[in-house]
Amino acid sequence: MASATGVGASVRRKEDLRFITGKGQYTDDINLKDQAFAYFLRSPHPHAKIKSINTAKAAKMAGVVGIYTSVDVAKDKIGGLICGWGITSKDGSAMKAGPHPILAEGKVRYVGDHVAVVVADTKEQAKAAAAAIQVSYETLAHVVDAAKAMTSKVQVHDVAPDNRVFNWGLGNEAETDAAFKRAAHVTKLDIINNRLIPNAMEPRAAIGAYDAGTESYTLYTTSQNPHVARLVISAFHGLAPEHKLRVIAPDVGGGFGSKIFIYAEEVVCVWASKHAGRPVKWTGDRSEAFLADAHGRDHVTKAELATDANGKIIGLRVHTIAAMGAYLSTFSAAVPTYLYGTLLSGQYNIPAVYVTVDAVYTNTAPVDAYRGAGRPEATYVVERLVETAARELREDPAEFRRKNFVTQFPHQTPVIMCYDVGDYGAALDKALAMSDYKNFASRKAESAKNGKLRGVGLSAYIEACGIAPSAAVGSLGAGVGLWESAEVRVNPIGTVEILTGSHSHGQGHETTFAQLVSDRLGVDINSVSIVHGDTDKVQMGMGTYGSRSGAVGMHAISKALDKVVAKAKKVAAAVMEASADDVVFQDGSFTVKGTDKKMAFGEVALQSYLGHKFNSSEIEIGLKESAFHDPANFVFPAGVHICEVEVDPDTGHTTIAAYTCVDDFGNLINPMIVEGQVHGGIAQGIGQALLEGCIYDEESGQLLTGSFMDYAMPRAGYMPNLADFKLGFTCTPCPTNPMGIKGCGEAGAIGSPPAVINAITNAIGVREISMPATPLTVWNAMQASGMKKAAE
Amino acid sequence: MHSISLALNGKPVHGQVEGRTLLVEFIRESRGLTGTHVGCDTSQCGACVVSVNGKAVKSCTVFAVACDGAEITTIEGLAKGVDLHPMQVAFKEHHGLQCGFCTPGMIMASIDIVKRHGKSVDEETIRRELSGNICRCTGYHNIVKAVQAGAANM
Amino acid sequence: MENFNYHRPATTTAAVALLKKSKDGKFLAGGHTLIPTMKQGLAAPRDVIDLTAIKGFSGIKVSKTMVTIKAGTTHQDVTMSKDVNKAIPALAQMVGKIGGVHVRHKGTIGGSLANNDPAADYPSACLGLGATIETNKRKIEADKFFTGMFETALKNDEIIIAVHFPIPKKASHQKFPNPASRYAMVGVFVSQDGKGKTRVGVTGAAPCVFRAVEVEAALNEEFSAKAASAVKISAKGLLSDMHASAAYRAHLLSVLAGRAVAAA
Repeated sequence: MASATGVGASVRRKEDLRFITGKGQYTDDINLKDQAFAYFLRSPHPHAKIKSINTAKAAKMAGVVGIYTSVDVAKDKIGGLICGWGITSKDGSAMKAGPHPILAEGKVRYVGDHVAVVVADTKEQAKAAAAAIQVSYETLAHVVDAAKAMTSKVQVHDVAPDNRVFNWGLGNEAETDAAFKRAAHVTKLDIINNRLIPNAMEPRAAIGAYDAGTESYTLYTTSQNPHVARLVISAFHGLAPEHKLRVIAPDVGGGFGSKIFIYAEEVVCVWASKHAGRPVKWTGDRSEAFLADAHGRDHVTKAELATDANGKIIGLRVHTIAAMGAYLSTFSAAVPTYLYGTLLSGQYNIPAVYVTVDAVYTNTAPVDAYRGAGRPEATYVVERLVETAARELREDPAEFRRKNFVTQFPHQTPVIMCYDVGDYGAALDKALAMSDYKNFASRKAESAKNGKLRGVGLSAYIEACGIAPSAAVGSLGAGVGLWESAEVRVNPIGTVEILTGSHSHGQGHETTFAQLVSDRLGVDINSVSIVHGDTDKVQMGMGTYGSRSGAVGMHAISKALDKVVAKAKKVAAAVMEASADDVVFQDGSFTVKGTDKKMAFGEVALQSYLGHKFNSSEIEIGLKESAFHDPANFVFPAGVHICEVEVDPDTGHTTIAAYTCVDDFGNLINPMIVEGQVHGGIAQGIGQALLEGCIYDEESGQLLTGSFMDYAMPRAGYMPNLADFKLGFTCTPCPTNPMGIKGCGEAGAIGSPPAVINAITNAIGVREISMPATPLTVWNAMQASGMKKAAE
Repeated sequence: MHSISLALNGKPVHGQVEGRTLLVEFIRESRGLTGTHVGCDTSQCGACVVSVNGKAVKSCTVFAVACDGAEITTIEGLAKGVDLHPMQVAFKEHHGLQCGFCTPGMIMASIDIVKRHGKSVDEETIRRELSGNICRCTGYHNIVKAVQAGAANM
Repeated sequence: MENFNYHRPATTTAAVALLKKSKDGKFLAGGHTLIPTMKQGLAAPRDVIDLTAIKGFSGIKVSKTMVTIKAGTTHQDVTMSKDVNKAIPALAQMVGKIGGVHVRHKGTIGGSLANNDPAADYPSACLGLGATIETNKRKIEADKFFTGMFETALKNDEIIIAVHFPIPKKASHQKFPNPASRYAMVGVFVSQDGKGKTRVGVTGAAPCVFRAVEVEAALNEEFSAKAASAVKISAKGLLSDMHASAAYRAHLLSVLAGRAVAAA
């Protein structure tokens, strides 16, 4: 049904009213009666032994309720933080997971590591008391650079003598080596994927509350997956069994991956609330977010692409050193492995691929999934290589890509993934047309007249999202299944509540999910509400990340809706005295074939609850169904980004002159929201390419980019102008879900960095440049190439 | 402690504050108006923007005590009953928000832009004038559209 | 943040008296440096003396030869001032690039100068225009006012009252902002007076604002963009950090000086 509020319509968001009027309820907006405040004393050192912690003076200070250290953690036998994905090394050994206590035990391993927590009547009192805690450290040598971790004398964890967490491989090594042997041309690149700091605008926060009467806990938290938080806090930290722990993730101000993970602060708030006998609230400030939120990316890669005499790609060989930081965060091990290596075939028909990854500990904040998680790193490797190869072979980068595209589906890559459907040529054609690629030279000449160097760069990305088939990920080391659940509650008057395990923190689920329901049940969109983010309301869920809420979360809703319709048909048949097989449900009405009998959905809902007109021993009273959905495959969004930049040769400053992006997300539920996701993703990709780079000082181990004063965030003026920023879509509907949709949340951040860097290298005529391509970096690159040219 | 009296969203308000109490703390914690947010601690992000005596300021970088006698408008004070301010309408209509966290500051800043630059404020000016407000979700594209549309209807 | 005694004097005399009396007092003239510094615990004054209620502390006066800006005048008032825009458009435009508008609504000229942040914009205008800083005690030439990183010639009992900017024949300010903080990575303020004498104030490039005397000399010979950017700037003594090396800053200085001259 094509309606103004149904699937495919750009329905304005239902959730917006509370946000534009200041009535959103984020965790820090919640205040519980008699709450106390937590402040974390953090390590000032990148690596040190804790010789002693003296809290005596601090404990006597005004307002202090309690001070807790690892001694108290041990006394209560509170388990450590876990990594929920186990990776097996090439030699068959298990990954080397060091201990990750919620408060540092004997040793601190990065600047910002949690040493102790003070709970006090006010935030200021807690902070003042923390400053009075005397910690005696014996500082140790440290290593912050991933490339140097394996050869460093520093040992971050006893379990990993060379700081290597695992040495993992994927693909066919022998075939790949053979391909390189017979290659007509090999393109090699050394690539650094810069470390990023997620910086969702809402800093993390938590309130733990213990109810002594029911012996149960409640945790309010800034989480993308409250049910997983409950599972981990119950099963691994052992704070309370699941039925005695309620986790509520209310409005959450952005996540981008950083709020998937179970962090020490949240666990400590729950734990301390029982000790304190009061709710314990912690609101992180931005400086803490910089220090202690899980960072993203941080790969050091050597990559090679082999082509034959016809310019066909015949092999890809990659070695990556991936920083894990000081501890293994919740999903960290999956990111540089199964979310990375599996995408290295890109959109291309590459017969032989082989990748090895050394994951290493460093004395830095942990690294985990950040928007795209592994797939941006893979896309960056592939698309930088492909663009460079095309230039070396003097082929048009667009046509070089086209002739290597996968064109037959399904397509089994050498690295696990089986692409189900796509039309990569169609997206390329559309992007070339929308960007007026063929007239680039005239725009370049125009820019030159204004003293600017114009460049163009492409990126043809593919990603795998809608994670993930449970049995498949289980076989690869995942500690959980990656299905989703949904419950559809139809009320007697025909309004509908959808309970979902997905969590919206900006994605607009309250609107898009309601569109699906409105379409399927023929009810007004305003008669549908979406309930999420509360483990006491929604039975179970896996949360929102990996662009999974559409393809997996909505699929679960769709299944439950099927059950509701089937049940309602039975009720309608009984009431209308017809056979259920003769009842047809369409546009919100139940009719009996060949008659004028008709019942509206609301009437059937009411009859379901009245039970007056059917035999309740045959048809159960009520209209409420639930479903779990486990996806059959990943979904594979793909598309083409074309970026044009202008570089000021005098200063090295880069401007995004034009940006075109064509995505194949299958069918779109709400194009307005999808475009918003793409804009935001591309902004983060442009941020990575031009602005953002987390830097630890090698000598001191301190975080140098510890605030917005030094970590450059994309601002309005850095983005392309309205007229120069074009989005388009192609559509090959996904065959594994009834909506035919793919994920759209991460694609922008995945596809954009190589497009920008390819454009800059094209503009200034260099082969390589590192991200972020700040004015300094670009100027330095121009200086170096200029000097080289002069020397030649 | 200092006694302060001010007009908050048109209503007279009296309070006791310490010297160090920031305006945003007074608004959020003493007055319970949690629409004004704190997104950083270096006066960069703009999530806390409110209007003080008709001018947009960062309420995280103003002491409450210094606002004695001031007229303050927060995001909660924009709508007249159920009638939303044109800028609020525009943000919804043009999908100028996703997670909503930066939104109150963005809307307050945007209204201030229009006050100073008029209904037909151009894109370049909007982008430049939003340099003190950071959004991580939208890429600013739809925010810029929303400000243009909101300006036209103000 | 540590708590403090808050004062809101009505006169400069009272303000100075409060500062002298305090063991560790700070003037608050806008707060966009002081308050974040206090939040980080890098400053913890016992007394904060808010200057914004002092009567007659803000305002702009323009004569035929001079723009006078009182110390408490906000950046936004300066950049929006029709008189300043007419008399020294480069100054009004420069002030319009300080921070974001929310910052300009609070920040003041007196606060900026007394703080003398190495990357602040106003100091470059003071040097670039040959301003005079008037305090409650004396008048100080800009050339003698900025003494080092975050340091000025101000004495403990001294407070800025006003700044006098001679109106030049032509002037321009060019800024290359730090992509993160938006402060000047390098900012260059160039002016030429009626007698053809040039001044070039540079901020962001060194620990303290300075005059690029080599560029001035070249421009006194020939006031052209080419002449300005032809001057080879030494990187010695310039700041080097993760955002910009000293060599890059030296290069930017040349580029911006040339652009400023072209735009003046």
